[in-house]
Amino acid sequence: MSASIETIGLQKRFGATRALDGVDLSIARGTVYGLLGPNGAGKTTTIRVLATLIRPDGGTARVLGHDVVSEAAAVRAKVSLTGQFASVDDDLTGYENLVLVGRLFGLPWSRARARARELLAAFGLEEAAGRQGRHYSGGMRRRLDIAASLVLTPELLFLDEPTTGLDPRSRNQVWDIVRAIAAEGTTVLLTTQYLEEADRLADRLAVIDHGRVIAEGTSRELKRSVGGRTLHLQVESGDRLDDARTLLARTMGESAQDGAEPLSLSAKVTRDDQVPAVLTALANAGVAVAEFSLGQPTLDDVFFALTGHAAEPAVDTSEGESRA
Amino acid sequence: MRDDMLHRALSRELRPSPPSALSASVTLGWRAVLKIKHVPFQLFDVAVFPIMFTLIFTYLFGGAMAGSPDEYLQFLLPGIVVQTIVFITVYTGMGLNTDIGKGLFDRFRSLPIWQPAPIVGALLGDVLRYSLAALVVIAVGLMLGFRPGAGVVGVVLAVALNLALAFSLSWIWIIIGMLVRSPESVMTTSFLFLFPMTFISNVFVDPATMPAWLQTVVGLNPVTHLTDATRGLMHGGVRAWDVGLVLLETVAITAVFAPIAMKMYYRER
Repeated sequence: MSASIETIGLQKRFGATRALDGVDLSIARGTVYGLLGPNGAGKTTTIRVLATLIRPDGGTARVLGHDVVSEAAAVRAKVSLTGQFASVDDDLTGYENLVLVGRLFGLPWSRARARARELLAAFGLEEAAGRQGRHYSGGMRRRLDIAASLVLTPELLFLDEPTTGLDPRSRNQVWDIVRAIAAEGTTVLLTTQYLEEADRLADRLAVIDHGRVIAEGTSRELKRSVGGRTLHLQVESGDRLDDARTLLARTMGESAQDGAEPLSLSAKVTRDDQVPAVLTALANAGVAVAEFSLGQPTLDDVFFALTGHAAEPAVDTSEGESRA
Repeated sequence: MRDDMLHRALSRELRPSPPSALSASVTLGWRAVLKIKHVPFQLFDVAVFPIMFTLIFTYLFGGAMAGSPDEYLQFLLPGIVVQTIVFITVYTGMGLNTDIGKGLFDRFRSLPIWQPAPIVGALLGDVLRYSLAALVVIAVGLMLGFRPGAGVVGVVLAVALNLALAFSLSWIWIIIGMLVRSPESVMTTSFLFLFPMTFISNVFVDPATMPAWLQTVVGLNPVTHLTDATRGLMHGGVRAWDVGLVLLETVAITAVFAPIAMKMYYRER
């Protein structure tokens, strides 16, 4: 099957800044694809070019078989965009927002109204239907915004940082929605600053930095490129700490070391079979384990591994509201 | 959220053909009407200054300027209608600026609609806004003793002429709305033009009392021409030339600024 998105050497300058510096992407139909990178890496610019909102300065981009410059109208008819800032009209009610979008897609009034009610119910916004957008919480705005993108089921949905600034519960709701959308066969291209989000949602991802794709693959492949995960364990009692340390060193090699907490140890996982091997060894030796965890690499780890520098602007999750 | 409902909502196949230019514009005009319905305060907002001006000028200066407050009100009120409508044209630019800032324009632009529809729709809604504001000012005038000699027909025609010029002025503020960062700057920037435009005119005072150089400036101001025509239409005895001049200015301003605004609108941001 042909690719839903195909870009070759996509370039875009804003003044002296090279927002896109030769982006190559090939995204299969029916997949969830993640663009991962820090603020200002070029994620939003890529999406805006693909959604025909801005024109590239160089390179080509085809979306669902149509050129984004010469066949922009054909692209617009098949894709939906949920931008970085929830594009909800604050003065209108949630219901009116959706009726408006339905009408602009060409639905007759009665169909637009029915569709608005159906989407509000499906997205858990039935009770807030008659409330103005300005009274919606961040999570509700985001859901309403995504609902607006789905008034007509698009072949391709762009989601620009769908969970930035959301609380964990709202974030989980958005994740469920994205999975449901993908299950219906819509291709989803999402951008995110969080490796965890890309990991949970995306079939494949591209890491973007300074307007270039610096790595591409499944999240498993990317994590492996970071040099594996970190295993943390804590034993029940101090008597067995030495035994545990010996066992860990035997299985994991020289990366085994004492952890920051008392009675804790850590080691780098370099092969997938090491984790069950450690657990089996500990169980066989009768060492009681109080805590056991596998630390996921963060976007920072990936960046450090790929570029040798940290993902420059803050990507700390606590600063989810800070957007460039 | 319920999974089965989500599934059903997402699997519905709706494939309408894109809306016509007219349908998209009317829909976006409907949006503007809803905004007035939900935030009626914005009308109060635009009507409160004209009402204050009417009261202050009529009772404070009316006696000195025209012999009696009642006499002056007949002269002043048509001018206040002009001032009110000319001033609220700014809201077109502010609304556009807010939409751009909130990402609503990105959504509209990514839809398969006739691309100028968001601007045309906003202008349609504005016509309603201008009419309502004019209605408020005229109603207050009637309560205070304003008696338009040409009756309802004259007043309606006068308001219609005001709407025409307001439509052309809106294009200027749409341009400003796309140039500056915040709705507040749209207001500040445009008031820089609008205060002199409405005060250095014949809205409040007969230009015959002004120095000659100022009379020249006042005579060149489109607000003066609109006020002349509005007075004529409301009280009777309008000169065709006054109306013709306003229509000519409407066409000229639109011809200059609408293409610039549309070009900027098409240009990416």
